[in-house]
Amino acid sequence: MKIHIRNGRVIDPMSARDEIADIFVAAGKIVGNGHAPADFHANRTIDASGLVVCPGLVDLSVRLREPGFEYRATLESEMLAAAAGGVTSLACPPDTDPPLDEPGLVEMLKFRAKNLPGPRVYPIGALTQKLEGKLLTEMAELTEAGCRAFTQADAVPTDPQVLLRAMQYAATFGFSLWLRPQNLSLARDGVAHDGAVASRLGLPGIPALAETVALATILLLARETGARIHLARLSTREGIAMVRAAKAQGLAITCDVASTHVHLSENDLVSFDSHLHLVPPLRGLRDRDAIREALRDGSIDALCSDHTPVDEEVKQVPFGESTPGASGVELLLPLTLKWAREMDVPLIQAIDLISWKPAQILGVPGGNLAVGSCADICIFDEAAEWIATPKTLASQGGNTPFLNHAMQGQVRYTLIDGHIDFEFAH
Amino acid sequence: MPASLPDAHTLITRLADAIAPTITPNTFIVGIHTGGVWVAERLHAMLRSTQPLGTLDISFYRDDFSRIGLHPQVKPSTLPVDLEGRDILLVDDVLHSGRTVRAAMNELFDYGRPASIRLAVLVDRGGHELPVRPDFAGHTLSIPSNQNINLSRLDDGHLTLTLA
Amino acid sequence: MNLQLNPDGSLRHLLTLDGLPRTILTHILDTAESFMDVGEREVKKVPLLRGKSIFNLFFEPSTRTRTTFEIAAKRLSADVVNLNISTSSQTKGEAILDTVDNLAAMHADMFIVRHSQSGAAHFIARNVAPHISVINAGDGRHSHPTQGLLDMFTIRRFKGEFHNLTVAIVGDVLHSRVARSQIHALTTLGVPEVRVIGPKTLLPTGVEQMGVKVFHDMEAGLAGCDVVIMLRLQNERMKGALLPSAQEYFKFFGLTPEKLALAKPDAIVMHPGPMNRGVEIASEVADGPQSVILPQVTYGIAVRMAVMAILAGGATA
Repeated sequence: MKIHIRNGRVIDPMSARDEIADIFVAAGKIVGNGHAPADFHANRTIDASGLVVCPGLVDLSVRLREPGFEYRATLESEMLAAAAGGVTSLACPPDTDPPLDEPGLVEMLKFRAKNLPGPRVYPIGALTQKLEGKLLTEMAELTEAGCRAFTQADAVPTDPQVLLRAMQYAATFGFSLWLRPQNLSLARDGVAHDGAVASRLGLPGIPALAETVALATILLLARETGARIHLARLSTREGIAMVRAAKAQGLAITCDVASTHVHLSENDLVSFDSHLHLVPPLRGLRDRDAIREALRDGSIDALCSDHTPVDEEVKQVPFGESTPGASGVELLLPLTLKWAREMDVPLIQAIDLISWKPAQILGVPGGNLAVGSCADICIFDEAAEWIATPKTLASQGGNTPFLNHAMQGQVRYTLIDGHIDFEFAH
Repeated sequence: MPASLPDAHTLITRLADAIAPTITPNTFIVGIHTGGVWVAERLHAMLRSTQPLGTLDISFYRDDFSRIGLHPQVKPSTLPVDLEGRDILLVDDVLHSGRTVRAAMNELFDYGRPASIRLAVLVDRGGHELPVRPDFAGHTLSIPSNQNINLSRLDDGHLTLTLA
Repeated sequence: MNLQLNPDGSLRHLLTLDGLPRTILTHILDTAESFMDVGEREVKKVPLLRGKSIFNLFFEPSTRTRTTFEIAAKRLSADVVNLNISTSSQTKGEAILDTVDNLAAMHADMFIVRHSQSGAAHFIARNVAPHISVINAGDGRHSHPTQGLLDMFTIRRFKGEFHNLTVAIVGDVLHSRVARSQIHALTTLGVPEVRVIGPKTLLPTGVEQMGVKVFHDMEAGLAGCDVVIMLRLQNERMKGALLPSAQEYFKFFGLTPEKLALAKPDAIVMHPGPMNRGVEIASEVADGPQSVILPQVTYGIAVRMAVMAILAGGATA
C-alpha cells in the first residue's frame, strides 16, 4: 500500500518542522517527506489540505482491560478507541486481573493485540509479583516477553526496602521503573484531594503529602541506585517543584501528567459526580496551574490519557464508593490542544508532549516523521468541533468527566505501520 | 349587586345584637385567621365574654395544600381553654365555599370534643360548595364567583369591606 | 445547576445547608415555630400530608434519627415506611438505585435518606422521579441539614437573634456532618463569629475557608461565647492515631463546669446526641441549668415537620 498525503500542515517536533508539505508512505515506512521518491505511484491519495499531519500519538497509559476486566471494556473496543484518538502506540499498565507479572501473560496480550487493528501495544510489567509490593517479578524474562518498563501501577511499594532492591535490580539490567508517587498509608481511605473542597464536602482526603513523601523516597533511592526512573501522573505543585529541582541537579528522570489534571481541579467536585473520582485525585487550582506551567516550560515531559474505562455500574454509586478513573484516550488530542490554545503554546510544542517525547520515554519507534521511520501518522482537523458523548466516543467506557463537553480538534485519519487504521466517517 | 358594601362596624354591631341572647358562661369565641380574628376580637369585647379569645390558623388543615403549598406566615392557633364540652362560637369574616369552616371544625376536633359549634360570619356571599350555613350572618348577598369580598384593617384599626 | 432548588428558587430536596439562601432557612424556622404546638394537642396530628407516603431509607442504622423523622411524618398524617438496609447486604451501589426504583414504583412521595457515604443523598436525588423529594438525614461526613436547622431553631428560641452571637463548636469537626451543617447555617444566618475548637487531628484541612475561626486551646476558644456546641466523639477515633485516649481528650477538650464558666454567664450548651458523658461533656454540664440538650430533641420534630411540609407543598414563600 502506497499512500500520498497531500498538502497537509506537517508538524514533526523531532525535526522542528512545521510547514505545508506532502508525505509519502510505502511498505509501512515514510519514504518521502516533501518530495516523492522516484517511481512512486500512490494507491491512495489523502487530501490533507487544511489538516495537520503529525506523528501518531504515543499514550503512556491506556488500560485495555484484558485480562480480567473484559466486562468493563475489551481489547477490541479500546484499541479501536485509541486509533480513533490518533494514538498509534500505547503503554498498557499491568493492573489487570491477574496482573502482568508473568511472561506468559505478557506474550498472550501482545499476541492478542497484534492480531487486532489498532495501535502498537507495549505492556508495562508488574514490578512485584501480584503487584503486592513484596517479591520482585522476573524482570529480565518479562523484558524478553515484551515489557518496556516496570511499575507498581497506582502506588509505590509500601516497604522502602523492596523499592530500593527493585531499583538496584532494575539498574543492573538498565530497565526503567515507572513509578506513580503515592504513599499508600498517607492516602489510606482517601477519595479526594485533602483541601478546602473535600473538607466542605466531607470527602476523606488524600493529602499532597501522599505524593511528596513518596517522591522524596523515590528521588533519594534513584540517586543512590542510578535506576532509570519515570514518574507517572504527578498531581501537586510541590511534587512538580521537587522533580524540577532534581532534574536541575542532573538526575536523569522523566515525568508525565494525565490530561484530565491539566483542566480539572477539586473545584469541579461540588456536584459529587463520581466521574471526577480519579487517581491521583483532582488537586487544587494552584496545583492545576502548576501543571499547566510545567508543561509549558518542559519540566513535565509528557501528557497521557491515563485511560481507565469502567462500566457505568461502578460509577452509579455515591462518590466514595465509586471505582476511580476516567476513560480518555480519544480526548488526549483535543485536551492537549485546548491547553495549548489557553496557554498560547505553539502547536508543535503541544504535539511534542504526546508524540516524540513519550516515544522516547517508552523507547519505541515512531513519534516522528523522518524518512525511514515507521509510518505511524495522525492527521487531524485542528478547528473541528465536536461533543464528547457515548455516541461520538468509541471506548466502551463512557466514564469521562468531559461527557457532553465541546471538544475542538478531531482526528481524520490514523495510519499505523502504513495502514489506515482509522478514517473519520462524516 | 350593591354599588357599595355596608359598613363593617355596623354589621358587627348587628351580629353582636343577634348573638347576645345566646351567650352563656360556657361559650368560647374562636376567630379564624386573619379577618375572622378581627371580627372575633370586636364581638368578644361587645359581648363582654368572660372567657379568653381563641384564634385558629387553618393552614395545616386546608384541602388545597398539595396544590398551593404552605402559607409562609402560618400563625399558631391559640385555644387557651379546654374545648371538651364547650359551646363554641366560630367566627369568620366572609363565608364563601365553606371549605375554611370545614377545615376549622376539623382542627377544633383535634383539640377536643366541644358540646356545640355555631358559626357567625360578617358576610355570607353565597357560592357554598359544602353543606355549611351560618347561624349568624351580619349581611347576606350573592356575588359572582369571579369576584371576592375582602375584609381589611386600616392603619387606624378600622375594618372595611371591599369588593374586587 | 442547584440540585436542591426548583427553577423558581423554592426547595426541591433538602440535601445540604451549604449554599441555601437565608430566606429559605428562615422560612423553615418560621414554619417550624408554627408546628410547635401540634405536639401539645390532644390529637397530635395535622392532616397536611394525608395520603402521602414517606420512606425512611436508612443505609446506616440510627434508631434515634429515624424515630424523630417518623414522629414528624406521622404528626403530618403521612404514611411512613421504615427500611433499614444494612450496609453488609448493600455491597454494590447498583442496589441503591434498585431500591430507589422499587420504592418509587410503590408511589413514594418522599425519601428520608441516611448513608455512610458523603454525597449519597445527592446521588439519590439525582436519580429519583421528578415528584419525589429527598431529605438528607445524614450522609457520611458531609451534611445533616435537619440537625443543623434544629440547632438554629434552638439558638433562635434561646437567644432571639443571630447577628450578635459568638458560637463555638467543639470537638471532632473532621468527621462531623452536624458541624458542617451548623457552620453553613450559622454563617448564612449572620452569626459574626463562629469558632471551631479541637486538636489538629480532628479539624478538617482548610476549615477556616468555611468562615470559622480556629482554636486549639479550649479555654481561649470558649471565652465570651453565647453558644457552646459539643460534638460527639466516637470511640473508634482512638484507633487511627487521631487521639491517644478518651481521658486525655476529656482533660483538654471535654466541657466541664470550670471551662463553661469562661463563656458568657448566660451561654447555652448544645449537643446533637447521643452524648458520651465524661468524654466530651461532664454530666454536671449536660444536666445543668445552661444545657438545652433536651429542648433540642423536642424542636427536632417541629423542624422536621416544617421541612416535610414545605417540600410536600411544593410552592413556598
